[in-house]
Amino acid sequence: MRHSRIPLFTTLAIIFVFYLPIMVLVVNSFNDSRFGGNWGGFTLKWYARLLEEQQIWEAVWNTLLIAVGATLVSMVLGTAAGFALHRFQSRLQRLHFALIYTPLVIPDILMGMSLLLLFVALNVELGLMTIFLAHVTFCISYVAMVILARFQDFDFSVIEAAQDLGANWWGATWRVLLPLLAPGIAAGGLLAFTLSLDDFVISFFVAGPGSTTLPIRIYSMIKHGYPPLINALSTILLLVTFAAVTLSQHLSRSYQKK
Amino acid sequence: MAEFLRFEEITKTFGDLRAVDNVSLSVNKGEFFSLLGPSGCGKTTLLRLTAGFEQPDSGRIYLNGQDITNLPPHKRKVNTIFQNYALFPHLSVWENIAFGLRVAKRPMREIKDEVARMLSLIQMTEQAQKKPAQLSGGQKQRVAIARALINKPQVLLLDEPLAALDLKLRQRMLIELDLIHDEVGITFLYVTHDQGEAMSLSDRIAVMHLGKIEQIGAPAQLYEAPRNSFVAAFIGDTNFFEGRVAGKASGDYSKLNIEGFPDVLCFNDKQINEGELVYLSVRPEKFRVSRDKPEGNGLHNVVPGRVEDVVYLGTHTKYWVRVQDYRISVYQQHSRFLLDEKTIRWNDDVWVSWHADDGFMLEYYSESDEKLMELPPEGVGSLSAPPEGRTEEA
Repeated sequence: MRHSRIPLFTTLAIIFVFYLPIMVLVVNSFNDSRFGGNWGGFTLKWYARLLEEQQIWEAVWNTLLIAVGATLVSMVLGTAAGFALHRFQSRLQRLHFALIYTPLVIPDILMGMSLLLLFVALNVELGLMTIFLAHVTFCISYVAMVILARFQDFDFSVIEAAQDLGANWWGATWRVLLPLLAPGIAAGGLLAFTLSLDDFVISFFVAGPGSTTLPIRIYSMIKHGYPPLINALSTILLLVTFAAVTLSQHLSRSYQKK
Repeated sequence: MAEFLRFEEITKTFGDLRAVDNVSLSVNKGEFFSLLGPSGCGKTTLLRLTAGFEQPDSGRIYLNGQDITNLPPHKRKVNTIFQNYALFPHLSVWENIAFGLRVAKRPMREIKDEVARMLSLIQMTEQAQKKPAQLSGGQKQRVAIARALINKPQVLLLDEPLAALDLKLRQRMLIELDLIHDEVGITFLYVTHDQGEAMSLSDRIAVMHLGKIEQIGAPAQLYEAPRNSFVAAFIGDTNFFEGRVAGKASGDYSKLNIEGFPDVLCFNDKQINEGELVYLSVRPEKFRVSRDKPEGNGLHNVVPGRVEDVVYLGTHTKYWVRVQDYRISVYQQHSRFLLDEKTIRWNDDVWVSWHADDGFMLEYYSESDEKLMELPPEGVGSLSAPPEGRTEEA
């Protein structure tokens, strides 16, 4: 039997273009040599050096603060949006859907730019708050999309059953709807968290003095030229993002099995 | 008996569709009452109106003397068993059953006792910690029943509760439902399209069609004395004859003139006047076929015909007998050994007879109702074509 070689070449090309640079980066973060070109032996010193970098810790703190805040707020608003989009019938629903969906396809640079112009026009001081607001705007969309997908095979007769058994609207929501949606909400939240964590473009536009996030810090470190530290930092960021996405996938899958 | 649940001129429309059309109905306390009809007849809508999931456009609903028309579902003393059970997938059997009492914030001790009692009623004490996904269809059904009954509803609403089960299980649950009804003594409002279920369980049945009630009565009443062609054809099979009232006979009997038949004697409790067009309905099992002309006492109608088809079914045999323009469907037992030791076969000349009381004059008739019955297509020997099933039709 003769197999076509095209799938093999495609796979190799993808590995070469997408994953090889990442692998080189990860390997170099353990490289004792200051320059990536040659292997100077295994070391963890770059990771140790990271601990001493005050500015990086500040950026990590900012990033986490924004990511956690934006995630929590977008989980609440996104779930509400997904519910409203699925449950209510109105001629405006197509418009509502478009409003929620559009941030997913709008170029980041456009969003960053327009948000910056808005904040400037409103005379809002740029800082953590503006980054947080900007992140919430796109995180809502992702959470809402995940929730909307969950609702596709959701049987609302369980809500009627809860009401029938004496639960009021709040009781039915709290005891039945939210527990059943929880895996979806968590999956959407983790997705939002990873997106907020490594957002660069939008944050770059709306950041102000003292509100540097981790991706922005990494970018400026490249300019000042200290690659090994960036490698170590990026590797950590990669691990965190990867863990969050895996968890999010696991949550959605375990729900579907039921 | 005191009327307990009362619908007063209820109308409910969905867009252009009049799902429930000016329905008035009373259900007695402790009664097993069924709403029977094909899908789209409005029976489920009437149930959902009772549960509070829908609001009527006009009319009132009273429960135990109280107007519940505008009460939200959680304030009504009724509980529902849903067609797909609607068990809470994230809760165990125990938690599902306890749901109503927990929402009502009853003391834990009482909840434990009540749930234990319910679990033993449905014989599922062993499965208390299982999740609904681990249960069989029949077990889910029983959990749904226990979950609804634990709230001690004044009326239990059942929305086609057996439709999702296979035949054997359905027959067993049928008996269980009947036992549970006897045991708890709660009023049951049962929605189904299956006449067999309704007939075997109900004290009374309301037959619904196109949003209206066609007839209310005990199962035997509906079967033996259907008011119109829809009820006659939807519950069981029947034969329709078209004729005119020719005159009075003795007592409450009238003579009918059916084309090609000798004078037909029929019980005329509806006092239909001479000369009027009437439709007569006679159930297939009310007929007798015999090779010799039967001797009657004057109340039997006897007409000659020829057997066009014989279908042997074990418990009984179906005959199609041609009498003039009519193909009469006859069900008869013991076809093997008649008095002359000969079976009735295809193309035999026979006598068809029935008692005057077994024919019913219908108040009105619609030709489309004939499609409800499992009649084979006209034309001899074409039984291989699938008959129009009643359930599919519904």
